Amino acid sequence: MGFDTAYEAISEEHDTGHRWAFGTGFSDPLAGVDTAVPAGVDGIDLAAYCLMLGDDALIMSHRLQQWLARTPELEEETALANIALDLLGQARLLLTRAGKAEGTDRTEDDFAFDRGEREFRNVRLAEIADADFASVIARLLVFSTWRLALLARLSTSADPVLAAVAGQGVKEITYHRDYAAQWLIRLGDGTEYSHAKAVASLAAVAPYVTELFTPTETEARLAAAGVAVNPAELRGEFDEVLAQVMAEAGLEWPESPGLAGVSGRTGRDGIHTEAMGYLLAELQSVARALPGATW
Amino acid sequence: MTGGNALEGNVAGDTSQPRSNWPLYEVFLRSKRGLNHVHVGSLHAADATMALHHARDLYTRRNEGVSIWVVRASDITASSPEEKDPFFAPSGDKVYRHPTFYEIPDTVPHI
Repeated sequence: MGFDTAYEAISEEHDTGHRWAFGTGFSDPLAGVDTAVPAGVDGIDLAAYCLMLGDDALIMSHRLQQWLARTPELEEETALANIALDLLGQARLLLTRAGKAEGTDRTEDDFAFDRGEREFRNVRLAEIADADFASVIARLLVFSTWRLALLARLSTSADPVLAAVAGQGVKEITYHRDYAAQWLIRLGDGTEYSHAKAVASLAAVAPYVTELFTPTETEARLAAAGVAVNPAELRGEFDEVLAQVMAEAGLEWPESPGLAGVSGRTGRDGIHTEAMGYLLAELQSVARALPGATW
Repeated sequence: MTGGNALEGNVAGDTSQPRSNWPLYEVFLRSKRGLNHVHVGSLHAADATMALHHARDLYTRRNEGVSIWVVRASDITASSPEEKDPFFAPSGDKVYRHPTFYEIPDTVPHI
């Protein structure tokens, strides 16, 4: 049987029920979506925006993958792996979109493996290392609360690809946020020890929050054109959700002025923390050692 | 499997045993194809809510399910292998209990 895509091979229409006992009915998020860059949208701006959102997902995903074989329980490992895979899927679509929009046909691999640290556009929250399990939970809660608010608004974007990716992402991130919130509540409302861990983990991520809601010029321009979301609009929903979780967990959100960038430049401008270099060294090691290798 | 409340050993502030033994939960899935919930496996979780989350992550990754049940393994009363004969053998020769005299249409599966 020849199929054009992997999705087709395991879709409901083609599986007569004999080959797979479970697990058909997969769907391609971009099925039927017009992938041409819409008229009136600046391709360079769109590419830059896709890189921002794609890099957030790629780098966060890699940090989560580093938890594999290190979680306190086997079941949590699967949970974090699933979340990492969801984000990697979003990154692949977004980086591919970036190459298409800028007109260079750079592939997702080119973006992930051949760029230097200064060319990555992710927020610094995605790249910082986790001290312990409470840290990854706090970081994931902040990240997914922010990203869910963002993708929910992006699902009506004027760019049909961004809208489709966001629509798929909303379902995924809703689960991520729920997972992280449940765990933070358990930790905050648990033992004295777990409570202290939760407090410390919130204090560690708080300085990276301001950056999430600071729009770049690209984002502001695209938001005006109805393509992007202005992150400044997301703060209200973010604060509301966190307040709800904090109340239930018996924790307090530590206000922080935010970690300053280098002359005002932060992750979105390619200025990262020390952790980023080490992360990329690992992420890119195989591709750098064996350029063009496939498997 | 540990019975009883597995969290008992983990009193507030006691960090000497941070990892108590989470109780075992059995997982039942109903697949897209309809039919009934089917037992697919078991996992450990601190409570039912967490068990549901874990079940979602462990057993529905390939689009297998539309509904999940979890139940604590200790809450299941099972027949024992020693009672196999008195429990099940008496039905072995009573073929008349099957509706074999009806014609079953081809379009009706899973009788």
